[in-house]
Amino acid sequence: MPALPLDEAGQYVAAAYVVFVVLLIVYVGIMATKLGRISRELGELAELAERRRGEGER
Amino acid sequence: MNSTSLRNLSIATAVLIGAGFALVFFYAPNDADQGFIQKIFYLHVPLAIIALAGFIAGGVCAIQHLRTGDGKWDARSYVSIHTSVIFGVAVLVTGSIWARASWGKWWVWDEPTLVSFLIVFLLYATYYPLRYAIEDRDRQARYASVFAITAGAFVPLNFAAVRAAQSLVHPRTFATAEGGLPPKMWLTFAVCFAGIAALWLTLVRFELTAKSVSGQLSRLRRALDDAPPPRASGTAARIAPGPSASASS
Amino acid sequence: MNRTAPSTLAVARAILAKDLRVELRTLQAVPAMLLFATTIYVIFRFGLDRTELEGGLAAGVLLVTILFAALLAINRVFVAELEQGGFEAIRLAPNSAVPSTGAKVATLLVYLVVLELLAVPLFGFFFLDSWAGIVPLVPVLLLVDVGLATTGALISSMATNSRARDLLAPLIMLPLLVPLMIAAASAAERLLAAGGVDYDRYGLWLAILGLYDLIFLLIGWAVFDFLLED
Repeated sequence: MPALPLDEAGQYVAAAYVVFVVLLIVYVGIMATKLGRISRELGELAELAERRRGEGER
Repeated sequence: MNSTSLRNLSIATAVLIGAGFALVFFYAPNDADQGFIQKIFYLHVPLAIIALAGFIAGGVCAIQHLRTGDGKWDARSYVSIHTSVIFGVAVLVTGSIWARASWGKWWVWDEPTLVSFLIVFLLYATYYPLRYAIEDRDRQARYASVFAITAGAFVPLNFAAVRAAQSLVHPRTFATAEGGLPPKMWLTFAVCFAGIAALWLTLVRFELTAKSVSGQLSRLRRALDDAPPPRASGTAARIAPGPSASASS
Repeated sequence: MNRTAPSTLAVARAILAKDLRVELRTLQAVPAMLLFATTIYVIFRFGLDRTELEGGLAAGVLLVTILFAALLAINRVFVAELEQGGFEAIRLAPNSAVPSTGAKVATLLVYLVVLELLAVPLFGFFFLDSWAGIVPLVPVLLLVDVGLATTGALISSMATNSRARDLLAPLIMLPLLVPLMIAAASAAERLLAAGGVDYDRYGLWLAILGLYDLIFLLIGWAVFDFLLED
């Protein structure tokens, strides 16, 4: 069983690991926003292409 | 950059980091001198080493970029440096927390590695304003590569100089943390190091893929927006914003 | 036209001559530098609340003054060049990349040496008890000057052609100059120590300074083509 002394030392160690995890999650969040933007743009372009095809057939 | 390799890389990263952290808290013994605080090192040191390796990798990619003129090397250089800067933030924050826990102050000038790292970080932080200040895409990439090479060569020089200056005045106070690690600590450190390295690679790959996709998207948009058949246009993703693509490609 | 391109050395000499002529013609640079150094020393006297300096503090004041002067010089040499279109003209000359920047380095070097010929005795006059440390300080300062000139030329070429050059060049340069300053300060601290000149590890610091200069000269030589080709 791990001996986790929840005294001062434990808080600092926990803080360090928490910082790491938070940075990671912030990064993921930013990439997720980028991904959202990309997929939205892709949707717009798909619409544009379909519209063009519709015009071409006419 | 296919998606299965990215997926495999992420899985490997998750496994390694999970295992590493488990080892840190359930397996590695407490350090004789510093006690529980020493656990920060399993996070802080791998982050630092990988960040520095990343900066140097950025320099190597920059050399390739200048030699071949291929934009993908510039993208790799940028993303390597970018990811390492983020890791650098984590290094400095965890280093500061550790300093506070050990010395009672949020920053110590006595620890040469931390000071050296700060200097390197300050240098690479200027990479972004440098890129954003140059509008011409080609020149931006070229100058950024020169910077990455110069800075990459600077990293070892800086560490040597700071260490020489400080070790002559203050003896290395944390030798116990690095030298003569018992085997259990070594194993834990090795796994954590592998995990952080895998994380760096995953994030770099992830961002390169995102950039490449954005680039393809711009290409597609340009192709659809032009009424006449689209001209061949460069596929190099725009790293930093500049004036919208002129017709000169 | 069957003329062969002028040799690299000839081009370098021509550019250096042009730069020096421009600099020397403006002899107002000399009193200006003197004034600049004097003012900085006065500010330090009051900022530090000291009338005498020795050891680490003396080293710091002297080196920071030289650093400031170097930043100004770098800005001056490059911005003036840029505004007069000198860069374009130089690029048209064949074999011009290395010699033109070699000439820049040489110009900066001369500028800094002349500055120090004035500023260091002035520093001794204002702050130092004994001038014994000044002579062994000369090689240290010369090596520092080479480092400042090389790094300055390299970084400002990069930053001059960008939008935020005034802030960007020092911002990039200063972290790069830290090892140089560390070595110089460590050496100077001992040379200007209160108890008499201390030659402890003098050779080591000179070696580090020399190494720094060598590395940046090599880097500059390797990458300059890419900065000027346009």
